[in-house]
Amino acid sequence: MSGSIPVVTVVGLVAAAIATVAIGVYGVRMARTTSDFLVASRSVGPRWNAAAISGEYLSAASFLGVAGLVAKFGADALWYPVGFTAGYLGLLLFVAAPLRRSGAYTVPDFAEFRLGEKWLRTLSMMVVAIICILYLVPQFQGAGLTLNILLGVPDWVGVAVVGVIVVANVVGGGMRSITFVQAFQYWLKLTAVALPALVLTLHFVGDARGVDEPVPPTVTETTTVDVTIDVVVQVAETLPVVATGEIDGRPVAGVFELEPGEHVLGAGTELVLDAGSPVPVVAGAPTDNDTWASPGAGLGASSEHPLFQVYSLMLATFLGTMGLPHVLVRFYTNPDGRAARMTSFVVIGLLGLFYLFPTLLGVFARLYVPQLLITGRSDAAVLLLPGSVLSGWGGQLLAALVASGAIAAFLSTSSGLLVSVAGVLSTDVLRGRVRDFRVAAVLAGVVPLVLALSVTSLDLSRSVGQVFAIAASTLCPLLVLGIWWRGLTAIGAAAGMVVGGFVAGSAALATVLLPVDPSVASGWPTVLSAYPAALSVPLAFVTMIAVSLLTRRRIPRDVGRTFSRMHVPERLGMGRDRELGAFGERGRGPGGSRRSSR
Amino acid sequence: MSTTGGPPPPRQKVVLAERRGARMVRTRVEVQQQTEVGDAMVRGLVRAQLGLALRVALFTVCLLGAVPVLFHLAPGLAAVTVLGIRLPWVLLGVVGYPILLGIAWVYLRLAERNEQDFTDLTDD
Repeated sequence: MSGSIPVVTVVGLVAAAIATVAIGVYGVRMARTTSDFLVASRSVGPRWNAAAISGEYLSAASFLGVAGLVAKFGADALWYPVGFTAGYLGLLLFVAAPLRRSGAYTVPDFAEFRLGEKWLRTLSMMVVAIICILYLVPQFQGAGLTLNILLGVPDWVGVAVVGVIVVANVVGGGMRSITFVQAFQYWLKLTAVALPALVLTLHFVGDARGVDEPVPPTVTETTTVDVTIDVVVQVAETLPVVATGEIDGRPVAGVFELEPGEHVLGAGTELVLDAGSPVPVVAGAPTDNDTWASPGAGLGASSEHPLFQVYSLMLATFLGTMGLPHVLVRFYTNPDGRAARMTSFVVIGLLGLFYLFPTLLGVFARLYVPQLLITGRSDAAVLLLPGSVLSGWGGQLLAALVASGAIAAFLSTSSGLLVSVAGVLSTDVLRGRVRDFRVAAVLAGVVPLVLALSVTSLDLSRSVGQVFAIAASTLCPLLVLGIWWRGLTAIGAAAGMVVGGFVAGSAALATVLLPVDPSVASGWPTVLSAYPAALSVPLAFVTMIAVSLLTRRRIPRDVGRTFSRMHVPERLGMGRDRELGAFGERGRGPGGSRRSSR
Repeated sequence: MSTTGGPPPPRQKVVLAERRGARMVRTRVEVQQQTEVGDAMVRGLVRAQLGLALRVALFTVCLLGAVPVLFHLAPGLAAVTVLGIRLPWVLLGVVGYPILLGIAWVYLRLAERNEQDFTDLTDD
């Protein structure tokens, strides 16, 4: 934030990046055969596996985004971390064990196993690719923000640097992120977020300042705020500021009185707030701390229908997790269905532990770095807190720790996503050789890189929430109905995915491409485009069921055998892993001594 | 290689008593080969597991889903403090996670019991 770049932080960043690349290089030697490339060893215990899943799952959205949203929106934003965790309960209840027993390790694989249609496999492959790519965009944007905050370089530099590291790493090593490495990533991220949170808690207890008084957040010392993008802020009572730049479309230089109401601050404006002065907050977010601390303020899409926003978010996160490709691949590393269940259980515990700390940091951010609430870049809260609150070496070391945790978050999640999408593309579109995997990785990495540079950046967690909504409206119904309902047909599955994907996808597009100013935005269109799940998920399920009923005659004939294989415990010897199923030799699936099941 | 020529006489299996596990093997084979009995058993298992998953899901949704409505209908409740922290923050920031973990644990035990029942049935 200030001119000088802290050396310790740079060292932390570089160390985290080098460690990841080194592991990639080392991993190449571990991954010799083609199938090693995609699915690491299958003899990993649930604890390691769960830590690995959590390590890969906790992305920039969790590491930075949750604290930012809590700082901005308060009590309602707590549903983000709760939903991100509860998603694994949904996965445990409906998907974990049967999916593992099916022997499929990607959704396209499952679609073909269950419904036996090649074209459905292709369709689900496209959905998986879209989800991965959209999920990569906020990761890259988060990286841009992080490097901008920490080193002062322009956003695009960070996006490009992290993007290139991730692509190079995946091209070099395949699923080199061996389980143990990803497991280590979890503990690194936990330390990087827990230590600052605990230290700040001590500071907070000594400070004895309340966070839920009916007053706006205030700065404790004279603070200069640089507005980097156009932003609409709201002020509760007349606030004199020293400003240079543009306010409400008019150039200003010197003392300016912000009247109660809303104001547009142009990009490049510099505000100087006196010590003790209240901080204007981004429009659409609660202005005073009392409202902030109470639920019912909504999640920033619009000030209307806050309950709908919360419920829609719940639906998206509860059901979206089971559609995340990089999470599902890891479930294949479990030796059997029981272990898959155990893994999901442990993941819930690990995530619950992790999310305690971003929540705390979010609260502290409102108290100690409220100036972030003006700029709209509240995602930076976790990064700036240690340095702003604590002075000297302690603060710098903590800041460096947080920075390396953030970089670890981007690198591990993006690598996992890129491996998933490249694996799917190379086996389904190309011919599945190692070279194809590399070509696919480069292509799949460049697209989100370009998107990250060109589209507007939402709050990280909100972008990720939109992707969850897409996953919940496409892959979730495919998996849930495929696993539990014999009546599903390929045509029904396709129709449901197309309808759900279209609704949730256009909502995401609308939010990104037509950013509406939350103060003028009102009514259902805005709310629905930001939180579409409550509409798109039921729609996808209903379409899938209705079309399947209409095409009842197309129910695959071996559905009984497929069901036995998914649900009967392994020790009865129903399922056989398709050891070579990944590359080339597909179709050894439920064949063999087939018998008419009538 | 014996030099007397000719293949040895085919081996014969002499059964003195029915093996105790024989029926178990037969039931397992029914499941594996998708006979009518086997199919019915698998359907039973799937129904039991789905019923369990739906009940647990319903319980969770009612529990978590009640929270926003409750605070909406009774705003006073949101101002209640526990150890100096407001109730919504206690519920969602801290207590929610162990509750989710507890629900997961209960489901885990019950789902495994369903599977054990199924295995016992095939071993009968």
